[in-house]
Amino acid sequence: MSAEFNLQQSKILCVKCGEYLKTGSVTLEYLGNNFPVELYKCPQCGLVFIPENLATGKMQQVEKMLEDK
Amino acid sequence: MEQEILHERERKCIQENAPGCTAECPVHVDIRGMIAEIRKKSYSAGFLIFQKKVPFPGIISRICNEPCRNACKRVEIDEPVSIRALERFCLDKNTGIIQPNFLPQLKDKKIAIIGAGLSGLTAALDLAKKGYRVTIFEASDRMGGGIHDIPHSELPAEIIAKDFSVFNGLQVGFKYNATISNRSSEAFSLDRICTEYDAVYLGVGCKDVNANDFGLTLDANGKIVIDPLTLATSHPKVFAGGTLRRGSEHHSPIVSISDGRIAAISIDRLCQSASLSANREREGPYTSSLYTNITEIPAQSVTYMADPVSGFTEEEALREAGRCLLCECLECVKKCEYLAHYGSYPKRYVREIYNNLSIVMGIRHSNQMINSCSLCGLCGELCPNELDMAEVCLEARQIMVKKGKMPPSTHEFALRDMHFSNSDQFILNRHQPGYKSSKAVFFPGCQLAGSAPHYIKKIYEFLCKKIEGGVGLMLGCCGAPADWAGQEALTSTTMQSIRQNLRDLDSIRLITACPSCFRIFNHYLPDIHIEMIWTLFDQLGIPDNSGSGISPHTLAVHDSCATRYETRLHKSVRNIVIRLGHKIEELPRTREKTICCGYGGLMIFANREVAHKEINRRISESTADYVSYCAMCRDNFASRGKRVYHLLDLLFGNDIQHLADKEAPGYSQRQENRARLKRSLLREIWGETMDEMQQKIKLIIPGETRQIMEDRMILDNDIIQVIVHAESTGNKMQDTANNHFLAYHKPANVTYWVEYTPQNNGFLIHNTYCHRINIVK
Ligand code: SF4
Ligand code: SF4
Ligand code: SF4
Ligand SMILES: [Zn+2]
Repeated sequence: MSAEFNLQQSKILCVKCGEYLKTGSVTLEYLGNNFPVELYKCPQCGLVFIPENLATGKMQQVEKMLEDK
Repeated sequence: MEQEILHERERKCIQENAPGCTAECPVHVDIRGMIAEIRKKSYSAGFLIFQKKVPFPGIISRICNEPCRNACKRVEIDEPVSIRALERFCLDKNTGIIQPNFLPQLKDKKIAIIGAGLSGLTAALDLAKKGYRVTIFEASDRMGGGIHDIPHSELPAEIIAKDFSVFNGLQVGFKYNATISNRSSEAFSLDRICTEYDAVYLGVGCKDVNANDFGLTLDANGKIVIDPLTLATSHPKVFAGGTLRRGSEHHSPIVSISDGRIAAISIDRLCQSASLSANREREGPYTSSLYTNITEIPAQSVTYMADPVSGFTEEEALREAGRCLLCECLECVKKCEYLAHYGSYPKRYVREIYNNLSIVMGIRHSNQMINSCSLCGLCGELCPNELDMAEVCLEARQIMVKKGKMPPSTHEFALRDMHFSNSDQFILNRHQPGYKSSKAVFFPGCQLAGSAPHYIKKIYEFLCKKIEGGVGLMLGCCGAPADWAGQEALTSTTMQSIRQNLRDLDSIRLITACPSCFRIFNHYLPDIHIEMIWTLFDQLGIPDNSGSGISPHTLAVHDSCATRYETRLHKSVRNIVIRLGHKIEELPRTREKTICCGYGGLMIFANREVAHKEINRRISESTADYVSYCAMCRDNFASRGKRVYHLLDLLFGNDIQHLADKEAPGYSQRQENRARLKRSLLREIWGETMDEMQQKIKLIIPGETRQIMEDRMILDNDIIQVIVHAESTGNKMQDTANNHFLAYHKPANVTYWVEYTPQNNGFLIHNTYCHRINIVK
């Protein structure tokens, strides 16, 4: 994934917890397939951030691939 | 899809059939392929193609009697292509080295060839290359038989010698001065040869032989009985062909070669104890069933040689090669961007689709292809054998849905839109005020209601005035999206509720303003009388004062693909346009040959790229303003920048509204238009009020964000749900670089993200996106 994800800490704040999001492991799922990924999330409540380029790029490709399987 | 249906459909597409010339050529030279190489100036490659089928290319390129030319498509325009002269040109220009024969493993079978004419030599060559031990018996003292009678100027001896040098290095035995018959005087009798050899080919000419002499069964005319398919005679080991078979008056060098080849195949099969006759129909000349459209090909006379002795110059050859039509069909592919997009043609597509449906494990690569067809049926109309890809693709979608293999993302948005139109937000079913029954029911369709809701009341009032006995009104979606998506169960429940609505209104007459509704109702409600407003307007007269607002134009009519075969409707539409004072221009693909606007079959949802190609091609067919009688066609053309009217614009609109330039409403707007239409009709016609549509939340959507929403198919309502969720739970993020809030929510299958800032009692939307992959945590 893109370079910005190598940063430990983001500029994104979880409003509820008042904490900056940090990279952590998240499980994504589609059509019964699970895959662990590294994404920004709130260290306290676990709120996840999926950036636009990931949603419209890689994630869309994976969706299509799994839908054709 | 059953195997048999697959094969039947594959057979219908004749694109892979050989052109007339190749089919008629007794050895089936790929003439089209050779000429294509000449056009590229790859003459050696052209020669290779020729030589692949012709064992003695020097001889044949000079003396062939060219039966191929009789079947050349050009005959129907002017004169056939000079095929042999082009073959000779390739030979003369060939710079490739002729590969020496590689010596095959010798078999233990012995074959006797009687007669060293072209026919016998071909059989000998083909069999020797397969490793048979071949011996040629020839009555004279040289190879070639009758070809030596041809004047040297036409067929120089060096050419003959060069062609026959192919026997060098092959282990073929030659016995010259050996006359064969069953006369007792002869040293070699056919009977004795038959005992010593495994098979015999009788390729003697008819000059010095008497058919009686072989002891084979003769017909009433005293000729040897020969099976035309296998060249078998009454003796199981003996095959016969060449001039002997046809008589010297039908002498043809290329047929002699073809006979030699057919005999060699028979002998090979005999030696391997295989069936002599299976699958051999296409060995000799046959009539091709390839279709090639020549309506737009101009006449061009055949190219004459400045010097016939030396053959075509390069310039002459290129000109003559340019006359070849490179015959093929592709009638459908030439007219359909979808078929062209995937780079092949229906015979292959049908097979691919079938394979895709048969996959149990693995990637189904053709899903998107199956879902991209607009189901418009133009291919079926154009195909000489009526192969209809719409039928194939729709059936495939239905199978995918039944097996649970339809990609969930493809049609979900369109089906959700349909669901909206068949919810309380839009659905309505009423008698005309003051009536307890309905003579007819008006069904405007959800897309017209979404695109141009203001016309619907006008049409309804007009119908109420013109049709006695009460006109009911039914709002909803006809179910076309479900039908196109291959959702048979959903289509059928939608039809049932429309049927029930009609029963409630006690009517069997349905009047619609949308061609897709018209098609679907005709298909699924065969017992209901279905009409379009256009045939009615044509018949009953157009509404008073209509048409005065738009000044006369020349307009190109775009026919809807849903009503391809409704000739009466096509006429009515044109009558109305003319009655309104306009001139009509016909597009190249018109009436029963019209093309889809990209909405049909949900093409635009499955493959926006192909839909845009189709739309772009359609809108560039004429510079005139278009007029359409389908709201979706109008909006799709408008969305790509075409000036286009809906026919209702011409009736009810005004020049100052610039209707031809009107932008198509977006997805959210269409839904809102439907919901508002229902409310305003209820209020204005039935005097009823519904709760006012409460906008819970005010959105401020800049133009760029709106475009993103349309591209990503995100509705206002999806955004509202995210904001409501975020603001009520507090689950939101803030980007400290710009202070925008970020939140997501997944109301059903899709997770929506919104980037926003609260602003004056509302929310300014900066960006939005979505995905289907779920966040599990
Ligand atoms: S029109 Fe299309 S489907 Fe029909 S034979 Fe020609 S290429 Fe094949
Ligand atoms: S036009 Fe060309 S491809 Fe067609 S039949 Fe004639 S030679 Fe063959
Ligand atoms: S889009 Fe129309 S013409 Fe093209 S393949 Fe589909 S049904 Fe045939
Ligand atoms: Zn948190």
